[in-house]
Amino acid sequence: MDTLVHNSVHVVLALTLPPLLLGLIAKTKALFAGRKGPPLLQWYFDLIRLFQKGSVFSQTTTWVFRAGPVVGLVTAAMAILLIPMVNGIAPLSFTGDLIFLAYILGLGRFFTALAALDTGSSFEGMGAAREVTFACLAEPAFILGLMVLAKLSGSLKLATMLDGSLATHWSSSGASLVLVLLSWFIILLAENSRIPFDDPNTHLELTMIHEVMVLDHSGPALGMILYGAALKLFVFAALIVRLALPVNMGDPWLDWPLFIGGTLLVAMLVGVVESVMARLRLTHVPVLLIAACLLSAFGAILLVR
Amino acid sequence: MSEVALLWGIGIAGVSGVPGLFFGRYSFTGQCVTTALSVAGSVLGLTGVGLYWLAADGRPLVLPWGVLGADFSVAIDGLSAIFLLPVFLVSILGNIYGLGYWKQADHPENGRKLRLFYGVMTAGMALLVIAHNSILFLFGWESMALAAFFLVTTEDHKAEVREVGFIYLIATHVATLSLFALFALLYVISGSFDLVPLNENSMPDGISTAVLILALLGFGLKAGLMPLHVWLPGAHAMAPSHVSAIMSGVIIKMGIYGLARVLSLFPHPPLLWGGVVLGLGVVSGILGVVFAISQHDLKRLLAYHSIENIGIIAMGLGLALIGRSLNRVDWILLGLSGCLLHVWNHALFKSLLFLSAGSVIHAVHTREIDHLGGLARNMPRTALYFLIGAVAICGLPPLNGFISEYLIYVGLLGTLQESGGPSFTSAAFAAPALALIGALAVACFVKVFGAVFLGQARSARSAPAHEAPPSMLLPMAALSVCCFFIGLVPGFIAPLFEQAAAAWAPELRDALPPLSTLVPLGRIGVMAAALFAALFLGSLLLWARLRNTSVVRHVTWGCGYAAATPRMQYTSSSFAQILVGLFRWVLRPRIQKPAPLPLFPKATSFHSEVPDVVLNEVVLPAFHLNARVYAWFRIFQQGSIQAYLLYIFLTLLVLLFWR
Repeated sequence: MDTLVHNSVHVVLALTLPPLLLGLIAKTKALFAGRKGPPLLQWYFDLIRLFQKGSVFSQTTTWVFRAGPVVGLVTAAMAILLIPMVNGIAPLSFTGDLIFLAYILGLGRFFTALAALDTGSSFEGMGAAREVTFACLAEPAFILGLMVLAKLSGSLKLATMLDGSLATHWSSSGASLVLVLLSWFIILLAENSRIPFDDPNTHLELTMIHEVMVLDHSGPALGMILYGAALKLFVFAALIVRLALPVNMGDPWLDWPLFIGGTLLVAMLVGVVESVMARLRLTHVPVLLIAACLLSAFGAILLVR
Repeated sequence: MSEVALLWGIGIAGVSGVPGLFFGRYSFTGQCVTTALSVAGSVLGLTGVGLYWLAADGRPLVLPWGVLGADFSVAIDGLSAIFLLPVFLVSILGNIYGLGYWKQADHPENGRKLRLFYGVMTAGMALLVIAHNSILFLFGWESMALAAFFLVTTEDHKAEVREVGFIYLIATHVATLSLFALFALLYVISGSFDLVPLNENSMPDGISTAVLILALLGFGLKAGLMPLHVWLPGAHAMAPSHVSAIMSGVIIKMGIYGLARVLSLFPHPPLLWGGVVLGLGVVSGILGVVFAISQHDLKRLLAYHSIENIGIIAMGLGLALIGRSLNRVDWILLGLSGCLLHVWNHALFKSLLFLSAGSVIHAVHTREIDHLGGLARNMPRTALYFLIGAVAICGLPPLNGFISEYLIYVGLLGTLQESGGPSFTSAAFAAPALALIGALAVACFVKVFGAVFLGQARSARSAPAHEAPPSMLLPMAALSVCCFFIGLVPGFIAPLFEQAAAAWAPELRDALPPLSTLVPLGRIGVMAAALFAALFLGSLLLWARLRNTSVVRHVTWGCGYAAATPRMQYTSSSFAQILVGLFRWVLRPRIQKPAPLPLFPKATSFHSEVPDVVLNEVVLPAFHLNARVYAWFRIFQQGSIQAYLLYIFLTLLVLLFWR
């Protein structure tokens, strides 16, 4: 019964909360810029409108172009079900689910990039190339971070790795965990195409990464892509919240609000980073990602020494 | 019973090409007879393997046979059964594919030769896998290696084909030479040619180290482990595609089989051995995929991916070795199952990729990725099969590649829990390397699939492409079905790998747990199925929305530029440019840029290529140096066969009176 309720809350939250994070990022940035900014719920309005709009498809495209948004959304949605939100419970949990998580996101990336190439536009080709290239550096950093958690928890289940016992490890192996936290935050920014890696609001196609890949999508397909992107941001935000605040009050009425507050805090933090930093030159992006790898690697070495 | 069926199958496959020789140069009947015989032989062989798995009692079959100085002794065990399946399966499908791909009428000068050696090679591989003594093993090994030489040089009227043929021939002879030394050493240790576990107490350290080095050299050369891969890219690229498929899918796995078999003879390998194999695997995996990304030739690119996958396989084997040194049955089981399942998986998806690449080449007559584009519209089925192969080789769920990589990941991360100190847990650091390999593979296959099948045709050549005939599509369909099958019900085949692990480490036979206690394979299958269901629902949702809203067809948004042409598309070289830049310290790309342009620029060109570093900067210079140093030796090399026979006779005479 308890698990059922937990899982229902998990699914409902996973489906409804993500666009709010994007709204909150925009609001934070507006606050820093001294603007009023779009309403917090703007992304919900956008998504609803996009799902009702007509679409324009390029004559060059094949079925792959339509498969891209579907795979992107479905993989992100499935990834959320693997992440524990409170109390070390996730709807889908099994030994080695961390690998499944990393690779299922890879599947989404694979098809999103292919859909971009399907248009034959050189701009979208650039975006796809950058996306898959930067992912090559983000992936090892992610796995290195998971290694730290696996070593600490003695388990290969995300739900167990990120449960309440992590709190005790914060006092004994805090250094490693801080390094992983930093590394994962960098990965969150990179995987979700935020500043300093990519500027979602830029108007120059030449310099974009993720946004330029979806230039040709429109209508419901674009809606699926945006919703998928929001879900993906939520996946990483949830991981970071569980890593930074692995507390178990034992009372769902406290645990859930704490988790939700945590994700909102991560969103605000992303907004702050976006407000105070400029976008990196593309040639410097790999450097920052390698730094993220090294941070996690140091964390792992500290533990196994 | 299973051995008898196997031997008949091997015999029929081995001679399947002979009747074809008596038919005319343009005879389709002769081609069909050969193909039918070869397929029949392989089916009989598969029956033998199936019988073994059903009965699970391989009785060694020994026939006294004085010809080669040892008995004709064959035996199937769990390990050899695993390797027999891809041998016969890929051979069957390759033969069927060849019906349409290499028609006798189109290739009167070499079609019969190709099919003759295709059968010989299949028989050689099956024989070496079931050989129970080293003499028979070498006999099968050489049949396979030499037949492969004639297959690589099928089109020997082309100079570039002859060149890669010679490189292959040298490499395979070096491999055979070290195998002779290896088996001679084993004979010295055990006093017999039989491949049975050794008693290590009676063995000096130096000898066992020599055995490891010789095994890594001989089998590593065949498998294409990274510094020893020099023959592989060229040979795979120049051979006909169904030959590339079996070479990449199966022949190089014989190196892995030999390595696994020889290492299985050592009940207590030193810990360092596992570390060395694991390290070689990591190097091979990363550099293989990095070189693949920088290639412009479709089949050369796939060949470098073979090196990458051999690396992943070696990582699994290394983990199993570490487990055997430390008596950790769980690491043995996970490592070896991952290794062997990846052998299967690579045989399936790499054959699939080579066959679909072959059907592209069949249609457009070029292997240059940057001349292609937009083929998905004219060749939708080939494109779909290539895409299935691409998703599988990247190790992405829900296909088979994920399962084997998952097993290796779980095993590698499992070493973190060992409390023996950093030297034991350092194996876990291969896990992020595997993640890097996986992400690089995704980058590479996005590039290939995008450049070849998506967008618009980049040259007039690929515009009028046509779909392949059914005889070529059928084998691809069969391989795709296998990829899905393993991805969806991995638990079904798990017992076969438990048997193989028991055969590999016989002293731990009773201690091995079932695979299902270590990893929830059933759960993974359910996840894969759920992913399919979700994808179906998602497509349905999009389809429903598109039905109820307006859909307009228009040109691709050119960011304001109205006169975009297909030549302005992002090429595969541009796609790979950032990654090639990141790894330029090892790739050493050769780039010819135009000089700074004058006021009225003329037409100019840009050229970049990444040749094989080991071949061009290490092996070839070393060989040229050798050739200079040993120039005086040519007085013995007269080119007359009588003289060579005389040398052999004299050598034998000297050996006879040695003592």
